[in-house]
Parts: sequence; C-alpha cells; structure tokens
Amino acid sequence: MAEVKELIKPEIKEDVSTLPPCGIDGAVSGSVAVLEALIAEDVETIFGYPGGAIMPIYDALYDYDAKLNHILVRHEQGGIHAAQGFARASGRTGVVFATSGPGATNLVTGLADAMIDSTPLVCITGQVFAHLLGTDAFQETDVINITTPVTKWNYQVTDANEISSVLAKAFYIAGSGRPGPVLIDITKNAQLQLFDYKGYTKCTHIRSYRPKPIVRKEYVEEAAKLINEAKKPFVIFGQGIILGKAEKEFAAFIEKGNLPAAWTIMGMSAIPTHHPLGVGMLGMHGNYGPNVLTNDCDVLIAVGMRFDDRVTGRLDKYAKQAKVIHLDIDPSEIDKNVKATVPVWGDCKETLPMLTALLNKKDNSEWLQKFADHAKEEAATCITPELNPTSDELTMGEVIKTLNELTGGNAIIVTDVGQHQMVACRYAKYNNSKSNVTSGGLGTMGFALPAAIGAKFGAPDKTVVAIIGDGGIQMTIQELGTIMQTGVDVKIMILNNQFLGMVRQWQELFMEKRYSFTNIQSPDFVKVAEAYGIAGKKISGRPGLKDAVKTMVDHKGSYLLEVMVGKENNVFPMVPQGCSVSEIRLK
Amino acid sequence: MSEDKIKATVHSLSSLERAGLRPEYTITVYTENQVGLLNRIAIIFSRRKINVDSLNTSPTEVESVHRFTIVINETEEVVRKLCRQIEKQVDVLKAFYNTEDEIVWQEMALYKVPTDEIAEKVKVERLLREYGARAVVIRKDYTVFETTGHREETDGLIKALEPYGMIEFVRSARIAIIKDSSGFHEKLKTYESSAPGDELVENGFLNQQEEVFTM
Ligand SMILES: Cc1ncc(C[n+]2csc(CCOP(=O)(O)OP(=O)(O)O)c2C)c(N)n1
Repeated sequence: MAEVKELIKPEIKEDVSTLPPCGIDGAVSGSVAVLEALIAEDVETIFGYPGGAIMPIYDALYDYDAKLNHILVRHEQGGIHAAQGFARASGRTGVVFATSGPGATNLVTGLADAMIDSTPLVCITGQVFAHLLGTDAFQETDVINITTPVTKWNYQVTDANEISSVLAKAFYIAGSGRPGPVLIDITKNAQLQLFDYKGYTKCTHIRSYRPKPIVRKEYVEEAAKLINEAKKPFVIFGQGIILGKAEKEFAAFIEKGNLPAAWTIMGMSAIPTHHPLGVGMLGMHGNYGPNVLTNDCDVLIAVGMRFDDRVTGRLDKYAKQAKVIHLDIDPSEIDKNVKATVPVWGDCKETLPMLTALLNKKDNSEWLQKFADHAKEEAATCITPELNPTSDELTMGEVIKTLNELTGGNAIIVTDVGQHQMVACRYAKYNNSKSNVTSGGLGTMGFALPAAIGAKFGAPDKTVVAIIGDGGIQMTIQELGTIMQTGVDVKIMILNNQFLGMVRQWQELFMEKRYSFTNIQSPDFVKVAEAYGIAGKKISGRPGLKDAVKTMVDHKGSYLLEVMVGKENNVFPMVPQGCSVSEIRLK
Repeated sequence: MSEDKIKATVHSLSSLERAGLRPEYTITVYTENQVGLLNRIAIIFSRRKINVDSLNTSPTEVESVHRFTIVINETEEVVRKLCRQIEKQVDVLKAFYNTEDEIVWQEMALYKVPTDEIAEKVKVERLLREYGARAVVIRKDYTVFETTGHREETDGLIKALEPYGMIEFVRSARIAIIKDSSGFHEKLKTYESSAPGDELVENGFLNQQEEVFTM
C-alpha cells in the first residue's frame, strides 16, 4: 500500500525581495497602501516596534513622518496596551505595528485584554514571504491561528491588491457594533509588491456582519411597563454606555425615573461619580448597597454590561427575586449568564431614549434611602477607616483621596491590577466619561504604565495619572523608555505595599496567611526613573503626602511618585468567591 | 407579550432534557468561504470542552456561500448559546439549530471486508438488501460496501459484518436539510442590502413562533 506523502508546494515562488518598496510609474507598494489606509481612517498615532518582516512598512513610514506619529515603544505588549489606553481615553480605534514571530506573539496578552474589554484596535503584523508560509521560516509563526480566539476578526494578506479593502474592513469591524481588536497579518511580499493602487474606500457594510441588532419596539414597551410598575427598580450599567457614546441618554433615563444606578468597573465614569443617582460600584470589591440591594430590587435593569462573575458572585443566588431587563448590542450576551425577562437588543444610544420616553416620572425616595442607609454603614466600617486612618501607616485610600483633592476629578486615572486598582476605583472621583482606564475583564498586570502613555496621546489635554502596584510596575517598567524618548507627560503613582497585595490578601483571608511567593522586592523606583530622565520622589509618611502629590500633579512632564503604604492592608468590602452578592463582607 | 409567556417559550425544556439526557442537535451554519473560518467555528466548541459529534463543510445553492453541518449532543440552552457565539463571528451569515425531527439527514458509511470470507459465509445478496447496501468495489482480496442512511442503519451493518473480519470502516459526517427551510437565496439578498431588512430582526424570543427556529 502506498503511503501518501505530499510536499508543501509553495504557491508563490517569485522572490520579490529585490523589488523597490516605493512606487515607480504610478504603481504603489503594499506598504504605502497600508499607510494611506491609516490616513484615510484619520489615524494620527501608531504604537509600534519594527522588525524584519515589517521593515517595508517601516521604510515607507520614513516618508510619512509628517502625517503619522509613530510611537516607538519598548515591548510589543507595551505597544498594544498603549493603543488600548489611547482607544479608551479617546473613543477612537488604536493602531499597533509589530513584526512577525515574537513581535506578534508579544501582542497576545493585549489582544485578549482588548477582546474581553471590547476595545477597538487594528493591529498590523508583518509576516514572512508568502512562499515561506508553513516552512518554519525565520520568525514565522502562525499568528492568525494563535490570535483567532482573541480577535473579533483577523485576516492574512498575501497580495497587495487586498490591502485597501481588508484594512477598510478591519477599521469598520474594530469600531462598529460591539468593538474589539482586529489583527491583519501582511506577508512581506505583499508589503513590497507594487500594484495598481485604486485609492481607499471606507467600508460601511459587510453582508455577513450585523453590528447592531434592530430594536424591537414591543420589548422596549415591555421593559418600560416593568420599570413603571416597579417599586424597587435598580439600574446596573457597564462600558456599553461609554462605547455607545450614550452618556447623555443614560443620564436622562435614570433621571426621569429617579432610578438608582450602579456601575461596573468598566462602566465607571459614564456618569460623574458625584451624580445623585449614582449609588456606587458593583462587584467583588464594590460598594455595599449596590451588592446587597441587587438581591432586594424587584426590577433589575442591566445596560451595556455582561454579568461578569466578579459582578454577580454566585449566580444561583443572584437577583433571583427580580425581573431582569437586559439592554445590549451583542445578542450573545442575552441570557449568557443571567436570564433576561425582557431582552432589549440594540444600540443603547437608540434604545435608552425610546425607553425614557415611555417612563413615568417617579420619586422612588424610599428605595433610594435604602442605598443611602447602606452607604452610611459602609462609610462607618470601611470607608472612614480607609480615608481617615488612625494608624501611622498610609492607606491606599487616603492617597487616592489626596489625588482627588488635587485633580478635582478631572484627571484620567489609569490603574494596573490588584489592591490599588480596587481602591482607586472605589475612591477616585470622575467628572468626565472615559476617565477610568483599567484592565477589567482580563486583569492584566503591567497594563497601566503603557496604557497611561497611550491615554495621554488619546487625550492630550487631560492630566493622566497611572496608579500602579509595586508588582505590576515591574511587568512593563521598560516603557519608561517610551516616556523618555517621546517626552509624553504621564504621572506615575506607585502604591508600594512590598507585597503582591491582592494575592497576599487572599492568602491571609482564605489560606491561613501562608504567604507563598507574594513577598516581592523592588528596585529603587525613583532611581530607575531618574535613569530614564524622569523626575520622582518617594514618601512614606502622612505629613508630606499632600505636598508630594501636588508636586507630582503640578510638575511639567512625567513624574514618578512612590508612596509607601501599609504592608498588610486589605480591601473591603469583599464578596468572597463562591458567595452571593448579598453575603458581602464589610471586614 | 406577557413576561410569563416569554419565559415559558424560551426556557422550556424538552422531555429528554428533563430526564437529564442531552438531546442531539444539528447545527447548520451559512458562512462566507473564508480560510480560517473552520478554526474559528471549531474553537467555539473546544473552548467550552464540547465534543463535536460530526462536522461537514459543503457548498450551498448560493455560489460563494458555504455551509457547515455540525452535530452535537447538548441541552437546548447550550446549543442556543453556541449558535449565538457562532453567529457573532464576522464571516458567519446565519446559524440554525434543529432537532432530528426538523431535518432530513443522511450519513454514508464504507465497509471493507475480506472477499473470500464474505463470499463463503454470508448470503451477500440478502445482506445488501436488508441494509440497503451496495458493493462499490469487489476484488479478490477485499470487497467495499457502502450504505447511506441514519446512524442505526450504518451501525447495523457494522454488527452484521463484524463476524467476518471487517478490515476497515469509515462513516461520513452528517449532512442535513432543514425541512421547513426555503433556502438561502432570499435571506442573502437582505443581508446584502446595506439597509437591513426585516429578516435581520433576529430575536429568539419572538421568532419562537416561526416554523423554522431562527436565533
Ligand atoms: C499578568 C498577571 N500575572 C498575575 C496576576 C495575578 N495577580 C493579580 S493581583 C496580583 C498582585 C498585584 O500586586 P501589586 O502589583 O503589587 O499590586 P497590589 O495588589 O499590591 O496593589 C497578582 C499577582 C495578574 N493579574 N496578571
């Protein structure tokens, strides 16, 4: 019996490596088409890192210096987190360049982060020549298959003729509907290939892609009826409001019905934190009232949120008494974790005004008072001790409080992951939407520093403060080099508890204080910053805190402030894993 | 529509599910003909540790549109969520799921057996008639039979042939036609128009009443 042995037959045999990268006789290279596409999509800022397989694009970029601002990062992960920060702060699509192989695989964490947090990105990776695909060529890796689970869409271009239409699709898909990351892998031959460039047309329709489900009026009516009949309606909202640019519509909605509204970590800043109907944050370290009263309300109205397990706690004890109205643009979110009584599919920018129009004005003061009562209890047991501590050690909370006093809630706050993230999100004040940039769904340590750099490029008029733990900063500390080279103005606040604090907290509470590898040593961060030409200071006591934070905020240019805080402080309240939201612990 | 009615239509369990069994569903997916899409669809199952019973890809009555037929054993709730995840993929046009009685389906099987054994010991003719099989190849050393039908039928012939030293057996993936479907031409037209038509208003809660279940 003959065994079948087939050789890989290269489809494209021609070696085009010797072709000049730029246009002759009116022809244009694939690389130029890539840059023209970016300009047509109003891209100004690219975060990237060069390498062999993307060199033709970088070569073309040399001549586009005046039109495109390329930020050279220090690691591709830093590049993609910066693009995420840019997108989150600006509401626009972030753009990343990386080379093949290790360059592309370094993007994976950021792609996963952007995927779960619905951040619009277009990542362009170089790839080996098409005729080398599948031959284990130098720096060849199967980027399309590696990134398939963590991209909204991805595509490999092997022919320059495809570049314009594929990039048009990429930008359309990344930014429309429920946004997400798109990766376009372009083989080197396509970057070099000269072709008859026919201009760039934006994509507005793909037949297999329906970014927005059409709103069904009968469901809006049904939802309005439930809300109007409700004695204890409770609104919980996520990033959908911000992504849908529906902040005004949302405020009008809760204000008409006097509906108490709590945010998820991703929804934070969609309404100002001082909004009278804003009752706080949901979730594991969220506020007391919103968690407890989830299991007391009669109608739960979820807007643009996806019932993450960190928000719901134990599902079989989550809001079982309530009728659930779920507004979401992504049909697959309906019933995914929590069954909806009335699903309102669609863009909340459309559905919210329809719903508001049908609402009766109501006062709900008794119900709102319940939130106020819970807030009082939380203030007494958790908040006051955190913000006005009696011990000598600084708490993370009082640092955030001091920051609030100095920025007045106008800063963009970028947080890393851990205790400092929870404390910052619990206590930071926000006046404006898109002011809270954090890694919500993936919980990526190392996110904050590069994301803050990107956020500053996305919102240059804002003060951007990165709040980072002593662990997380060391995951992407190399991006201080990006700050050095670009001169971007980012305030870095390290809350140093000399531990991987959040893990240590769990070890203390649930593992009998067996501090297995959570004791972390750090370098002299101020000296590290200094080596990068960044001013800085370290403080450890209460007396100098306010001055130090003020110096940081007022400083022209980037500044690193390291604040030594209590080593073994815990974040409370807390819904222990596996518990119901109403079993939230205040201590 | 009253809330009770909405709940009742959507969350009713089949009798199988109530008995704790996972019924069989056939998922039909209409897609663009795109490299990599097979992987994108496959990982929706593998990520959730769901075993795919069979998977077939095929062209359709519409040029450029591809069709996946996937068979799995899961509860309806899981299947519905899977279909939504599949449909969420940019290059997927539409995903349906159906129970066995809503489809016409076939699987094909090939059986290779030693010719001498078969010729000596079996009444080949009877066997062929009983199982609707036909001989595809008859050689001195082996014979290949083929049957097309439902699982019971293809399984039945395995049993019948096993005693005679089956050399090789292979069964194809299921292919299925949805009884109440009117094809994809019309649907595609609405997808192609940039202003989405009524057909695009996909809502499982209202579409329950339709003859063909659409998500
Ligand atoms: C990349 C990554 N690795 C590991 C973790 C698990 N993790 C979550 S919080 C945390 C501790 C963070 O410590 P630090 O940065 O010092 O912040 P703190 O909690 O002390 O404020 C760890 C290790 C993670 N979220 N991300």
